[in-house]
Amino acid sequence: MLYAILCYNSEEAIGSWSRDHHDETMTRLHAVGDKLARQGRLGPVARLLPTTAATTLRKGREEMVIDGPFAETKEQLLGFYIVDCASLEDALDTAKDLAKANPGTGSYEIRPVAEFHPSQLPDEDKPAP
Amino acid sequence: MTDLGWIDPVLAAARPRVMGALLRYFRTLDTAEEAFQEACLRALKSWPQNGPPRDAAAWLILVGRNAAMDQVRRQARQTELPDEALLSDLDDAEASLADRLDGEHYKDDILRLLFICCHPELPATQQIALALRIVCGLSVKQIAHAFLVGEAAMEQRITRAKARIGNAGMAFETPGAPERAERLAAVASMIYLLFNEGYSSSTSREAEARTPLAEEAIWLVRLLLRLFPSEPEIMGLTALMLLQRARAKARFDGDGNIVLLEDQDRGLWSRPRIAEGLALIDKAMRHRRPGPYQIQAAIAALHARAQRDTDTDWAQIDLLYANLERLQPSPVVTLNRAVAVSKVRGPEAALEMIEPLGGRLQGYFYWVFRKSCG
Repeated sequence: MLYAILCYNSEEAIGSWSRDHHDETMTRLHAVGDKLARQGRLGPVARLLPTTAATTLRKGREEMVIDGPFAETKEQLLGFYIVDCASLEDALDTAKDLAKANPGTGSYEIRPVAEFHPSQLPDEDKPAP
Repeated sequence: MTDLGWIDPVLAAARPRVMGALLRYFRTLDTAEEAFQEACLRALKSWPQNGPPRDAAAWLILVGRNAAMDQVRRQARQTELPDEALLSDLDDAEASLADRLDGEHYKDDILRLLFICCHPELPATQQIALALRIVCGLSVKQIAHAFLVGEAAMEQRITRAKARIGNAGMAFETPGAPERAERLAAVASMIYLLFNEGYSSSTSREAEARTPLAEEAIWLVRLLLRLFPSEPEIMGLTALMLLQRARAKARFDGDGNIVLLEDQDRGLWSRPRIAEGLALIDKAMRHRRPGPYQIQAAIAALHARAQRDTDTDWAQIDLLYANLERLQPSPVVTLNRAVAVSKVRGPEAALEMIEPLGGRLQGYFYWVFRKSCG
């Protein structure tokens, strides 16, 4: 079974980290990641840009584009796509295609990816499509 | 929890919101600062044992307010104080009440705190020194070091600034939309000024000392953008600062001399900052409400996108400067445009453009233009 581990924290606090605290924390986190990779258990890893760079597409009878991250508390995170887009406009069009395929309620938050490390899982562990 | 490295960033991140709320309660900067200090001391005692509260800012506001009110009462009546633990031990219900009460105010609280530092009676150097002390929480020593002045002189500058603000009075009523927009613009320009203080160094040694100014400015502009997530000009300003700051490592050579943009090693540019800057300018442009910060950010973005100096889209930069000239006419903008024009249409056309500026640019003019036109 593959598990997604989603990271939450206050980006204001992260933004106040000293260089040293940042580097030390990243070294510790990389050590955990390296161990998982050696065991053949590490899938893709991404670090997202801050929520200030986010845009949200809200589904509904009329789609709405909102500056900022997804902020509702009555809906839950169900999944995510990583898509290569030429621009935010392009990313919004992609989200609109998804909204057309799955209309009604819900939202897509569009957040640029700061760092992306592709999967290091052995092929046979990849989930069936 | 043995590693307490997490506490300081949490306190620093909460500072603007807590200071803003405490200032609303107590209406003087000194009392608000003392209350904040007291709350931080109690956090340092309580959090390592009890873990961080769910909402650190709400905790600090309530503890700071209680401590300061107690101080007032003690001075007034010399009454017995409640137990220390009683003051610092808030249950979640109380903290969430404080959160609800303050949740509606906090945007204006933080904006007010920032805006107070931009008081028109304060000279620019006092504005930014005050913002660094009050909002960012830098020590007087740190600020003095970044401005390359003595600690006593900086202490005096900040004390004077506070006194001036105190005498001039502050507006505590909730601002209407036009006042809010005005405040936002004043705060944005103070932050950009602070950023430029951190940026305008001619040697690497000076630049190193001034680095905290640029970094604090970025911290402040992010704060402003989180408060006003739909303002394209604030997105533009954030993008502009990130894109300029991305070049920091490439701006000086091994001997500490400045390296001009066209000669910089672009491999030294910070990719994460460029990525964030580009994402933000992209987001701002969607609003189709251009402004000076967005245009300058778009110009910085064109430089950031060019793999080599020769890949730079000078024609587009010329167009953007033409727009900036219309919105914000200034000889410096025209001069910058002339640099782009010289790349697209040759030095003759550029010289023709700057002819009318004549003596207004003086030394600055020759220095920049000679270097840029080669």
